[in-house]
Amino acid sequence: MSGTPSLFEMARLQMVRDLRLALRRGGEWLQPLVFFLVITTLFPLTFDSQLSRLRDVAPAALWVSALLSSLLALELLFRDDALDGTLEQLAVSGTPLSWVLLAKTAVHWLLTGLPLVLMAPVVAGALGAPYEAIPGLLLPLALGSITLSLIGAIGAALTLGLRRGGVLLGLLTLPLTVPVMIFGAGASVRIIAGQSAAGPLYLLAAVAVLALALAPLAIAAAVRINVE
Amino acid sequence: MMLLEARNLHLWRGETHVLRGVSLAVQTGQCLQLTGPNGAGKSSLLRVLCGLLLPAEGQLFWRDLDCTRELGPLQRECAYLGHLSGHKAELSARENLAYLCGLRRRCSSNDLDAALEAVGLAGAAQHRPLRQLSAGQQRRVALARVQLQRSTIWLLDEPIANLDIQGQELFHRLLASHLKDGGCAVVATHQPLSVSESALVRLELQA
Repeated sequence: MSGTPSLFEMARLQMVRDLRLALRRGGEWLQPLVFFLVITTLFPLTFDSQLSRLRDVAPAALWVSALLSSLLALELLFRDDALDGTLEQLAVSGTPLSWVLLAKTAVHWLLTGLPLVLMAPVVAGALGAPYEAIPGLLLPLALGSITLSLIGAIGAALTLGLRRGGVLLGLLTLPLTVPVMIFGAGASVRIIAGQSAAGPLYLLAAVAVLALALAPLAIAAAVRINVE
Repeated sequence: MMLLEARNLHLWRGETHVLRGVSLAVQTGQCLQLTGPNGAGKSSLLRVLCGLLLPAEGQLFWRDLDCTRELGPLQRECAYLGHLSGHKAELSARENLAYLCGLRRRCSSNDLDAALEAVGLAGAAQHRPLRQLSAGQQRRVALARVQLQRSTIWLLDEPIANLDIQGQELFHRLLASHLKDGGCAVVATHQPLSVSESALVRLELQA
């Protein structure tokens, strides 16, 4: 067996390796999910007993919690690979770095973003969202969490070589997430109100496609700078 | 045949002028040994040669192609072993090799077995997490990776570190075999290299 692996094979290698590492490292990847559940559980407890008021803030609570949870795991996204020389090996391997790092970011989303989406029905129910609206909330959250992972990965790559990079990571990443938050929360508000959310959903999808196209290039450039 | 050539390389790290007009040439079957005191720039030169660092001035050629503009052809034929191995302590030797080598070329299970057996890691040791192996065994895994990549040029930074006498002999056998097969190498080490004098070129860097 010889020859150069295809892009698909490279992505599979990267994803299998990162998933295997996540499983062997125990519950580290569960932390964002637990954080998400704790924050969203605190919201109903801090509100008065009027369900309608809680329902009004449900989209904001859902999206801000999702954003903060996704930030929590970002600092570690590339750090271990930088410390043990994996990023150096990737940078000199002659393989398309942006593609391999996109696969790595995809695993990050699978471990931190997807669980949030899957838990969203429970959380939305606890926040007073009508049951018939709950399935509709999954799509904007899925699109939004993908974009948050991609934007976050740029920040994580840029702050790789910095001590206390976590604070700077937040400062770099949060402004870039504003469109995601506006369109995502906007779509969720309309879905809960029983209205059509096509407009904000299309915009959210457009932002996701844009991030998918540009973020891997930015991540790869930032990683190359940091392995120097 | 000339494979790698560097002309008048200059590199700055902050205020320090690390490489001051370094020139070198490596041909097929040749091993260039980099020596010099600590801080002379041996590791930095290796990082420049594999494209991890960009020189402030100078030119780098791989098979007469100017690598200052396009590093792809050089990197596709280069195996780099620095101070950091790029291996994960939670993964086994096999899993680490399957990942790092698999990104460059398709490796079968037999390829992995053969590469690990060649460096003295047969049987259960291949499947234990790397953290359970000694520093010398981990270095052997790194050498297995270099060999398995089947690259034309090896860029090795202190490859003998942590290796026992048998490990050092093993490294010299691998290096000799690589040179005999038409490869070349640039090795930064203070230890004498057991390579035939006709194949060995030395470059001493000054601090």
